[in-house]
Amino acid sequence: MIATTSPPTARADRTFWLSFVIVVALLAVAPVVLPAFWRRFATEILIWGLLAMSSDILIGYTGMVSFGHSAFFGLGMYGAAAALLTVRPPSLWLAILYGLVGAGAVAVFVAFFATRLRDIYFSITTLVFSQIFYVVIFTWTDVTGGENGLNFRQPALGLPGLGETAFTPTSLHWFVLAVVTLSYLLLRRITRSPFGMVLQSIRENEPRTRAIGYAVERYKIVAVMLSGLFAGLAGVLYAIQNKFAAPDFVFFLISGEVVIFNVMGGVGTLVGPIAGAAFFLLLREGLSRYFEYYLIPVGIIFTLMVIFLPQGFLGFLRRRLNQ
Amino acid sequence: MAIPLDQILIQTVNGLVNGMILALVASGLTLIFGIMDVVNFAHGDLVMLGGFVGATTMAATGNFWLAMLVAALTIALIGAVLQITTLRPLLGRDPLTTILATFGMSLVLQKYALWQWGPSARQLQEPITGRFDLFYLQYPWYRVATAILAGAIIGGLWLFLKRGTYGIWIRATTQDRIMASAMGIPVPWVHTAVFAIGAAMAAASGVLFGPLGGVTQTMGADFTLRAFIVVVVGGMGNLGGSILASIFISLLEAYASLFVSPAQAVIVSFVALILTLLFRPTGLFVPTPK
Repeated sequence: MIATTSPPTARADRTFWLSFVIVVALLAVAPVVLPAFWRRFATEILIWGLLAMSSDILIGYTGMVSFGHSAFFGLGMYGAAAALLTVRPPSLWLAILYGLVGAGAVAVFVAFFATRLRDIYFSITTLVFSQIFYVVIFTWTDVTGGENGLNFRQPALGLPGLGETAFTPTSLHWFVLAVVTLSYLLLRRITRSPFGMVLQSIRENEPRTRAIGYAVERYKIVAVMLSGLFAGLAGVLYAIQNKFAAPDFVFFLISGEVVIFNVMGGVGTLVGPIAGAAFFLLLREGLSRYFEYYLIPVGIIFTLMVIFLPQGFLGFLRRRLNQ
Repeated sequence: MAIPLDQILIQTVNGLVNGMILALVASGLTLIFGIMDVVNFAHGDLVMLGGFVGATTMAATGNFWLAMLVAALTIALIGAVLQITTLRPLLGRDPLTTILATFGMSLVLQKYALWQWGPSARQLQEPITGRFDLFYLQYPWYRVATAILAGAIIGGLWLFLKRGTYGIWIRATTQDRIMASAMGIPVPWVHTAVFAIGAAMAAASGVLFGPLGGVTQTMGADFTLRAFIVVVVGGMGNLGGSILASIFISLLEAYASLFVSPAQAVIVSFVALILTLLFRPTGLFVPTPK
């Protein structure tokens, strides 16, 4: 997994912020100009993009492929459901808080056990953990609604000092965009901080990082927790958009899709996974109109990309542009 | 709550039978991992595909054993093609890329099965219909035969690895890929052959499992997960360990289902995996590494 952050120069910085502003502006205008179906689609891409970005901290920056992100995402959903079903009146912020607590609790658990292992062992352990939570949620019908999941009403958008208004598809899109943009900026800052550098050095050479004197395990635990919290946030957003929480979203196929987003877009870039999510969802949307078993061509494209484009679209573009 | 002794004994037999089928799946997975460091995410889907090919052949010919042979050969061929097209280009890259590639493979295989055979389960006819008395149950002989046959296939594999010329090639490749290559062993073809053998064993277990649990296109993920658990508990890349672990885990699940529903009994094996990873990450059934 190769991905390097080039040393920041003033010019590269200016180009970055310029393109950042343009992309965010385009995404902000999107719900106003797009028809209802694509408006919803754009919001969904942002949410899955956030989930993919959260897993990039592990896959791209620390070199640990997590096959358990569905657990964090799902617990975020169920956490939000808990807040919206038990607390009157339903509050958006409380839903986010509960979702983060839920995902965070799972993340502590997974981080504590899984980070003792490396490579494929880590992947398998995260996969097994997500299946444990799936089985628990699937069979504990009294609390989680079992196979049917939980339905609830959408909370209103309440901003401190501004009162409450019900979400419209457009304002929901803006809200999601704001959350995802802030998360991106935060994650970008984190990955460029000394902490982020240590994570990347773990990816490049773990024994050497340890020899230098870094407590590698502690860094990994924090990385998993950070990743889990952002994945949980994505789960909360998805729950609010769709007004339900279902066990399907804890199933490991979701984790697999997250890995696909990352590989398609380019690991270790943060933006890449979002682009990968967009590409995957568009591909699915386009293909499923003509072919019911769209995952066959998607799977073939994915496998080909693993072989021929291991750095994803973004890594490929970056290399081409640097030539 | 006291559990009657006869129920415990019945569950022991059930656990042993399930354990042998699982061992057949897991030994293929172990073989593939031990020799080429490939974590085959699509292994369960090869089991599933084998079951379907077996069911189709069975419907055409009515002969169970022929169906098993055809399934094993077909899936071995498919496995060889998959290995050449997707895994061979990845040789020498980060082992994590093989997880990704085989995951993509698994998606394709599963959806292909859904496309070809539809979502409903196929039940295979038992080739041996006799039953014997086991306490209050009429226990089918077929289940016992399954365990014996699975054991025989694994035993055959072991003999082949121990005695056959090509088995020695395989073991040499496991120990030192570069040295084996220098001695004139065609390492890439050994890899292909091993993948094909693993795939054939997976297909055979799919057919054997057919009369017991039916063949569905979603069974692959379940088998993959269980085989992974077993392989890690038994010690990655260790054939004997993964067989013992298969029986151990299946027995645990069988006993657990005396108390809780089978869906929840799976958690017991998850817990066994986590405890193994925490206290003995090299695996339960292997000697402590020096």
